[in-house]
Amino acid sequence: MKQLVVLSGKGGTGKTITAAALAHLASREMSVVLVDADVDAANLGLVLNPTEIERHEFRSGQVAIIDDAACISCNRCVEVCRFDAIAVNGRYQVSALDCEGCASCFYQCPAEAITMQESLSGEWYRSDTRFGPLFHAHLFAGQENSGKLVTLVKQQGRLLGLDERRDVVIIDGPPGIGCPVISACSGADFALLVVEPTVSGIHDLERVLATTNHFGIGSLVVINKYDINLQRTAEIVAYCHAQGVEVVGRIPYDDVVTEAMVHGQPVTAFSAGPVSHALLDVWSRTKQYLLEKENGCDGADTT
Amino acid sequence: MIITVASGKGGTGKTTVAVNLALSLSNESPMYLDCDVEEPNAFLFLNPTIEERREVGQLIPEIDTRLCTYCGRCAEVCAYNALAVVGKKVLVFPELCHGCGSCTLNCPTGAISERLDVLGVIEKGRAGPVQFGQGILNVGEAMAVPVIRQLKKWAIPEVRDGKIIILDASPGASCPVVESMRDADFVLLVTEPTPFGLHDLRVAVQVARDELGKVIGVIINRTGVGDDGVESYCAVEDIPVLMRIPLDRRIAEAYSNGIPLVEALPEYRTQFRTLCARIDELSVQRTFPVQEEVS
Repeated sequence: MKQLVVLSGKGGTGKTITAAALAHLASREMSVVLVDADVDAANLGLVLNPTEIERHEFRSGQVAIIDDAACISCNRCVEVCRFDAIAVNGRYQVSALDCEGCASCFYQCPAEAITMQESLSGEWYRSDTRFGPLFHAHLFAGQENSGKLVTLVKQQGRLLGLDERRDVVIIDGPPGIGCPVISACSGADFALLVVEPTVSGIHDLERVLATTNHFGIGSLVVINKYDINLQRTAEIVAYCHAQGVEVVGRIPYDDVVTEAMVHGQPVTAFSAGPVSHALLDVWSRTKQYLLEKENGCDGADTT
Repeated sequence: MIITVASGKGGTGKTTVAVNLALSLSNESPMYLDCDVEEPNAFLFLNPTIEERREVGQLIPEIDTRLCTYCGRCAEVCAYNALAVVGKKVLVFPELCHGCGSCTLNCPTGAISERLDVLGVIEKGRAGPVQFGQGILNVGEAMAVPVIRQLKKWAIPEVRDGKIIILDASPGASCPVVESMRDADFVLLVTEPTPFGLHDLRVAVQVARDELGKVIGVIINRTGVGDDGVESYCAVEDIPVLMRIPLDRRIAEAYSNGIPLVEALPEYRTQFRTLCARIDELSVQRTFPVQEEVS
């Protein structure tokens, strides 16, 4: 079983649109598992019409609670808190959003007025879609530990994939290069990087590519809306060539992408136009990497 | 006044709005801080001259083996499993450490000191009349929040005298976004009129308005495609839509070349000035609610 993660660095370049199209195209010839690893803003479900099968609580991290009755107002908690999470407005109070759950105040309070409470930070779901099972999650607003929740949904997807001997896990990743991205790409066989031909798109591609290289994950590049700026597209192609990274497709700009989204469908299932053709091409070239790598050494998953 | 520009969904036009807002207020010499430290982009449009730079990170424990008794207390109190005591060895995992200092305070023999583990850099400079600052997370590092926190501490003056400070946040709705919003007087949420835009706007509203209690307003970018879900949501939730930017190939092309909107299409300058005046009004209303007239 192979794991393919779709990333971009910059947000809004078309990760989810691409992941949904690949889910649709891949499911016609192999068995897939889908994972939405953007737990802050999970959108993959919006175009896959999922039916929820399981729902689980995600408990992670703790929050300090100060007992007013026991508090002696010594200010020690404020002194030791490095996250400015304790405010004094007549009484000592912890701001749950700022508290990192380090428990430093809990250990230092001389009056034992502080307790640590586990916090419910999100939920994760297993759903069915017509292309295969989908693992997705919702991190509650402003919560920490999105990396842990990403790891959890990925693990669940992988376990099911191994149990059911599925061929590929397609992971729709989060934007950026920090904690949730690192969690999303750990263990992936390769990354598909979706980039737009803009100055910021190129800058962010360089950083996300440096990140995948740093973790030893091979990368492929897709240029989305390539016709918005042909000169920048040529720059990306040259850059990728210099880096030894293959450009596996160029997707033109087309309003049909948004239309498909409004209809809750992957664009490849909605239209047979140029965008879908380009995505078909992306899939056929990506598939070769999946198959090629399949013949490599991969002891754990060979049947 | 601190205005944080955020979005939930990526690529909706946060940086476009924040950069052009700053450029339209050049007479007020505003401050611009790029808090998207994972993928900072504003410098590509503002071309600032960087005048100062410093490395930032967080404090991680360092064990003095002459004083350590391997009692295991540090590992026991660490909420992040960033320390482990194995036989006569203390292992420190910097990538798990949050720099809280609890191990240092709890060590019975004073064997722990702390050193800076570098996570990235913060920079200050100028882009014409705009005071510029940005944070850059090093590739391979997970923790964006300490970089944002230190950028704000370093760049934002204590006494602000009505200065306008614009913070460009990262996409999403978790800890880096909260860090970028927590000092804001106003949170401007940029979205697009699509199901993805709406879904992620709801999440951003939950963080900014419901959790943090901020005054918020919405900008709808690329109007003319998609559906009217965002408009109806804002109407139902009574969230003011402060600006609508139509889908326009000229805007996309200028953006792709790193040319700010107000330079490509100067007519937008007035719109951004009006936007700022509206933001000012809305945040003042909140700070000083209109008193009922006593006759």
